Amino acid sequence: MDRLYEVMFIVRPDVVDEELDKLVAGFEGTVTSGGGVIKQTEKLGRRKLAYTVRKFNDGNYILLTIEANGAVVAELERRLRVTEPVIKFITVRMDEEEKRLAKIRAHRNAHQKRSAQPVAHAPAAPVAEPVPVASVAAEEPAEATA
Amino acid sequence: MSDETSVKAPETGSGSGAPSGQSGESRPSGGYQGNRPAGGPRPAGGGPGGRGKFFRRKKVCKFCTEKIDAIPYRDVRLLQGFVAERGKIVPRRLTGVCTTHQRRLTRAIKQARNIALLPFAARH
Repeated sequence: MDRLYEVMFIVRPDVVDEELDKLVAGFEGTVTSGGGVIKQTEKLGRRKLAYTVRKFNDGNYILLTIEANGAVVAELERRLRVTEPVIKFITVRMDEEEKRLAKIRAHRNAHQKRSAQPVAHAPAAPVAEPVPVASVAAEEPAEATA
Repeated sequence: MSDETSVKAPETGSGSGAPSGQSGESRPSGGYQGNRPAGGPRPAGGGPGGRGKFFRRKKVCKFCTEKIDAIPYRDVRLLQGFVAERGKIVPRRLTGVCTTHQRRLTRAIKQARNIALLPFAARH
């Protein structure tokens, strides 16, 4: 069963760009050959590490978003472990989180419709008219961005 | 919204009149319900230090109010706000984050520590 994972790893800072690309391509190869799908490859660039790892104080962060089953992830992790330039990695399962976010988003959209109803009622009340209109106008852009 | 104000008014009245022991006693119930508006002022008033007895700031969960759904471990800028100088996770009673979000926040901070985005302990 394929799940969505984020694999973030740190490559030692003294690796040149071409080598880094080759390394990443190699890991992508292990995923695709195992039947997984690469969703996204992101180079987060060179960052200072929060603590010293194998005597390095900074490293190249790379983020892979993959859709794969457990066997592929296990294999990828094994490769990451034995690949000498990789100094640290973390695999995080994301599909449950995505599901939760989708649910929240759906709920929020449903909720918005209900909150739009009082706006239709508001013009009927003459005294309270200017205030609700202003507040609704202020709310809407904020909700659009959220 | 009208609920909040009606709850808050008697709460501040009893809070100023009642001894600190009482507010401490009812704190767990406030904390249990996350960022319930009435739960916010209590910890600040009946806090462990006991200082600023009448200074009560309403604390609300940043993630609830700003509608931040996901707390990604990659967002160092966000997580840094909930980590003390030495790298410790700041407790909920100080930040006002609700239970649910504190749990997610804790997980994100621990993941970030693992990949060297945040320190386990700041060096000195």
